[in-house]
Amino acid sequence: MTSLLCVKNLSVQFSSPTQGDFIAVQDLSYDLKKSKTLALVGESGSGKSVSVLALLGLLPKSATVQGKASFEGENLLAMDENSLQKIRGKDIAMVFQEPMTALNPLHTIERQITEPLLLHEGLTPLQARNRTLDLLKLVGFPEGEGRLNAYPHELSGGQRQRVMIAMSLACSPKILIADEPTTALDVTIQAGIIKLLKRLQDELQMGLILISHDLGMVRKFATKDDSHIAVMKNGHCVEYGDIENILKRPEHPYTQHLIAAEPHGEPRPITKTAKTILTCNHLSVSFGRKKSFWHPKAYVVDAVKDASFTLKQGETIGIVGESGSGKSTLAYALLKLLPVPYKGEVAFDGKRIDTLRAKELRALRAQLQIIFQDPFSSLNPRFSASQIVGEGLRIHEPHLNEDQRRERILLALEKVGLGQEFYNRYPHEFSGGQRQRLAIARALILNPHLVVLDEPTSALDRSIQAEVIELLRNLQKEHNLSYLFISHDLKVVRAMSHRIIVMKGGQIVEEGPAQKVFETPQHAYTQILLKAAI
Amino acid sequence: MAIFPSITLSPLMQRRFVQFKKNKRGFYSFWLFIALFTFTLFAEFVANDRPILVKYEDSYYIPVLKDYPETTFGGTFTTATNYRDNYVKELINAKGWMIWPIVRFGPNTVNYDLPTPAPSPPSLENWLGTDDQGRDVFARLLYGYRVSILFGLCLTIFASLIGVSAGAIQGYFGGYVDLYFQRFIEMWSGLPSLFLLIILSSMIEPNFWWLLGIMVLFSWMTLVGVVRAEFFRTRSLDYVRAAEALGVPTFRIMLRHILPNAMVATITYLPFILNGSISTLTSLDFLGFGLPPGSASLGELLTQGKNNIQSVWLGLTGFFSIAFLLSLLIFIGEAVRDAFDPRKVL
Repeated sequence: MTSLLCVKNLSVQFSSPTQGDFIAVQDLSYDLKKSKTLALVGESGSGKSVSVLALLGLLPKSATVQGKASFEGENLLAMDENSLQKIRGKDIAMVFQEPMTALNPLHTIERQITEPLLLHEGLTPLQARNRTLDLLKLVGFPEGEGRLNAYPHELSGGQRQRVMIAMSLACSPKILIADEPTTALDVTIQAGIIKLLKRLQDELQMGLILISHDLGMVRKFATKDDSHIAVMKNGHCVEYGDIENILKRPEHPYTQHLIAAEPHGEPRPITKTAKTILTCNHLSVSFGRKKSFWHPKAYVVDAVKDASFTLKQGETIGIVGESGSGKSTLAYALLKLLPVPYKGEVAFDGKRIDTLRAKELRALRAQLQIIFQDPFSSLNPRFSASQIVGEGLRIHEPHLNEDQRRERILLALEKVGLGQEFYNRYPHEFSGGQRQRLAIARALILNPHLVVLDEPTSALDRSIQAEVIELLRNLQKEHNLSYLFISHDLKVVRAMSHRIIVMKGGQIVEEGPAQKVFETPQHAYTQILLKAAI
Repeated sequence: MAIFPSITLSPLMQRRFVQFKKNKRGFYSFWLFIALFTFTLFAEFVANDRPILVKYEDSYYIPVLKDYPETTFGGTFTTATNYRDNYVKELINAKGWMIWPIVRFGPNTVNYDLPTPAPSPPSLENWLGTDDQGRDVFARLLYGYRVSILFGLCLTIFASLIGVSAGAIQGYFGGYVDLYFQRFIEMWSGLPSLFLLIILSSMIEPNFWWLLGIMVLFSWMTLVGVVRAEFFRTRSLDYVRAAEALGVPTFRIMLRHILPNAMVATITYLPFILNGSISTLTSLDFLGFGLPPGSASLGELLTQGKNNIQSVWLGLTGFFSIAFLLSLLIFIGEAVRDAFDPRKVL
């Protein structure tokens, strides 16, 4: 079979007068055949997305692109803007990572899908409408017929991604580029989208370029012969070949490292005599608004309903559930970080904290710490590392002098594996994994007893995830910390937790020791969740 | 780049500084404005109706800073010396000497030796001519600039302080605080400040501070919107939550974590607010509701130009000096905006 797209020695270089030249992609070559897959795999910053944007001529002017990309006998890289415009969206279409930002919030679903039809195919509005309905059926969103006038924010994440795919399929493209198409979605929905992509590939004889950092997802496309994978690192393609072969028998050490980086292992068992550190009884949180003169309609959202559990010293409880299931709200409520009051009792170290006033609670805050999901937004960009880590000391241990504080900060940085040279750096000078380490140092410098981890590894690459998990496990052992670990990533949860709480729609639907929940799930929802993830 | 030995600029500020310098027009405008402002601060040493230094019989006198009775120099009156008096000049020159400023007129000195009836056109003695009361226009312009810039700066500083605090409180606490504050601002900004000034000026003679007070009362709302929005946005960021979880007191969170974000918008606005403040005083003076009658100000100069339309030097001086000052500030404002624009490529 002849190839659909053949890329030879693609190189992309960015030049900037202040920061010097930067090579984003170097000598990348691959082959894509009809109804087959090409997976581009690598960590963030490895040049996966750039290499694809270069094909479509979507890079900024500061980029120089070299090489050859033949598509139907023509070199894409040598085309002028006008001819490329005709290929973009028509022959080569793209699905983006985050459907919420990729869809125009001001346009209805119908308008978004019909736009390329009217533009490229020259259909009449009625024809375009019928085609839209066909497309929605094709992407498994048949109820879309009644929702043609809906706006993106009225759809769920999975529905939005289906609309995005329908949009890109509008002109029957020969190649579909999917840039991390499932990263922003919940596991159960991810499974559906992957199935859809595979079906479309067969039905429409379409080549698929899949950009992903998730090897588990790529593996699901491995079933076809002639489907290739290119493993990228710092712009270089380190390994290229058949998907199944490479995932089973990786030759390059980097690929081996990536595969080994899937989270594994178990937490260390806790001692039998460990005392209970946190008790939570019948906790409920609801957001809403009462009826008043200004707001004639009342509404109530029950974010957490009647949650009860206990946490022992040195133990980790994993809270899993899809987005919107109330897992973060539960954690924030425990730490009293919510703007609304909650019902129920929370006791920390045998002392009720739900009745404490803000000032009394402030003294206790040193022992209850939290680490957030996104290490980019959880560090103040205007503070240096020493200021970020040292802020808690200034509040809770104001008696320390400059030298003592410096010593403590350096010690905390060292514990999370950051050297002295990071002391005066600003967050933007850190990599993603280093930032999360910094956030951990900020939480640990006050010697807390309980740390809430709100998706601490979700924003990180797999190989860095593994390091952070290892670090968290070691710190737990060293300081006998209790963790409340929130995540939608079941693999990570399994590697971290002694016990699991499964939440759905604000309620705890299942609770038990990790092994039991993973091996013999009782509740129907837990079973669906586990099936989708593995 | 260290301004003070102990303060080193963060990389972000360094970048902004470079960006600011990149905008040549704004950068030079900034230095020109600073130079002009400093120059007018020492207006007494440039244009005055009394000498800077007098030597009389082995002692030195500094009339520019202090009043001396005429008897000091052998005159007859015990009142303050009028150094422009030919008799006094002779007395002093006989037993010593005087150093005069370049322009020998104060803002209210009337030149009685005019060759033509006032207003008289520019001459070697009166560089920009005199107004209809025989006062030197250059001297009045100098003092008028000073009072305008000082008024503008004071108004900008006080109004911004109030505006930023109000916006911060609304944005941080939100809810009812925000709701009621917003309604209050809507009502407050509906009050006709000009009528209030007219009523006020019929009861008291409005001086610099009265005017400043009234204008501050009605001009602090400019910044509330931006600061409030910035506080709203930053309030829900994770690093603010993290600070809360660390037990950082509310005031400290507002000051250290959120305010710096709002300052970007604020600083970008400042030159334009300063511009508005200067025009405010000018227009009040032009209408006659500003500084007390007789004080030197840019608005008063414009009124003179309007009343003596055939004496073009009055109108032209007024127009060009105000246009020059306001343009400088606009150019500075543009450069500051560039400096704080993260998308601007170096």
